[in-house]
Amino acid sequence: MSLLDLFKILLLILLIVCAVSVNLTHRLLPAVIIFMSYSTIMSIVWILMESPDLAITEAAVGAGVTSILFFLTLRKVNENEEIGPDSDSKKEDRT
Amino acid sequence: MKSRLRAWFDGDLSGMEEFVQVTETPDATHEDFKQTELAFEESLPQNPRSRMIERLGRKSYHILYRVVAVTSCIVFIGVMLYVIGHLSRFGTDNPRADEVSRRYIESGLEETGATNIVAGMILDYRAFDTLGESHVLFTALVCVAMLLQLDRKNTRRDLEDYYTTTLDVYFRTSQDRILQTIGFFVVPFIMMFGIYVLVNGHLSPGGGFSGGAILGAGMIILSCSLGFKTADRLLTARRLNLVTFIALAFYSISKCYVFYTGANGLENHIPKGIPGAILSGGLILPLNVAVGLVVACTMYGFFSLFRRGKLGSD
Repeated sequence: MSLLDLFKILLLILLIVCAVSVNLTHRLLPAVIIFMSYSTIMSIVWILMESPDLAITEAAVGAGVTSILFFLTLRKVNENEEIGPDSDSKKEDRT
Repeated sequence: MKSRLRAWFDGDLSGMEEFVQVTETPDATHEDFKQTELAFEESLPQNPRSRMIERLGRKSYHILYRVVAVTSCIVFIGVMLYVIGHLSRFGTDNPRADEVSRRYIESGLEETGATNIVAGMILDYRAFDTLGESHVLFTALVCVAMLLQLDRKNTRRDLEDYYTTTLDVYFRTSQDRILQTIGFFVVPFIMMFGIYVLVNGHLSPGGGFSGGAILGAGMIILSCSLGFKTADRLLTARRLNLVTFIALAFYSISKCYVFYTGANGLENHIPKGIPGAILSGGLILPLNVAVGLVVACTMYGFFSLFRRGKLGSD
């Protein structure tokens, strides 16, 4: 077994760990970051499987754009609770 | 009708009050849901026996849910592993399922004129799939735009710059000197790499989807680091729609021609060129550019819609 095979097995184990731990994470931000790392590992696996075009797409879409969209959604979800314009007016009403 | 649609797309919501009214009500909090639930439970018959049955039913439902979820997961994993066991080894010949791929590998260069066989496959043999995928992306963008326009918060005049200025102060995105500087230096190279991947799609790995995704990511970094005002100079809503429309229409029309000639056994007048040259591969290069433009516009459109609820205005 060569060093490359060991590296491949390590990557596959990391993939499974990422896939399982996304489900087990209760907070959303770490879940998105784990999802991002899953995509990054997956793009390395694509390169090792000799399909660099898929690796480019995976790195750009999976690790880049999708995660940014997830972050933006999280921000939209959070701003309703914390610093949205509505919550400010609510606070003024209470005080 | 057309002007009405355009006005609606630009955020004029007159005549749609009954839809907007729903979003105007204050957001229901967790407490509200709890109170509704309590009220519902009180409205149930107070008979202790029915209560017990209900509690039992709820408990058994939870148990059943878990059992079914775990068993279906295990069955699915088992089926997948069974199928994997019957696949041929990676990289070896498989006489059962090799007919199509052998044809692609052996005569792909000759028939499509593309050195990159994957591009030849995606945009020549299976161009109809790619056409559908591009339209799916465009439809998704249109749906997101429609849904986010219904939220009054995104179209209110007094909140026009709320998402671009006030929130950026909170999250310090437009004032971050490091982000600004790095974005300023990195964006041209990302764009250049994206265009390279796009234009060389028929010669080297890459193509429409990868190059478009890189271009879209470059636009996102540009608008993140230098603000939406800079990005709006390049991409407004009208230009986004125009570019997407022209790309999709070009794809459809050119592929109509190819399908028509191919299905009727007519001669195809599109020159293939010398394999390996930048201007070769027949329609693959322009189709790659078209798909890439659609993907890039969709990526940036998603980002812009999610970030501030609208596409750039002129």
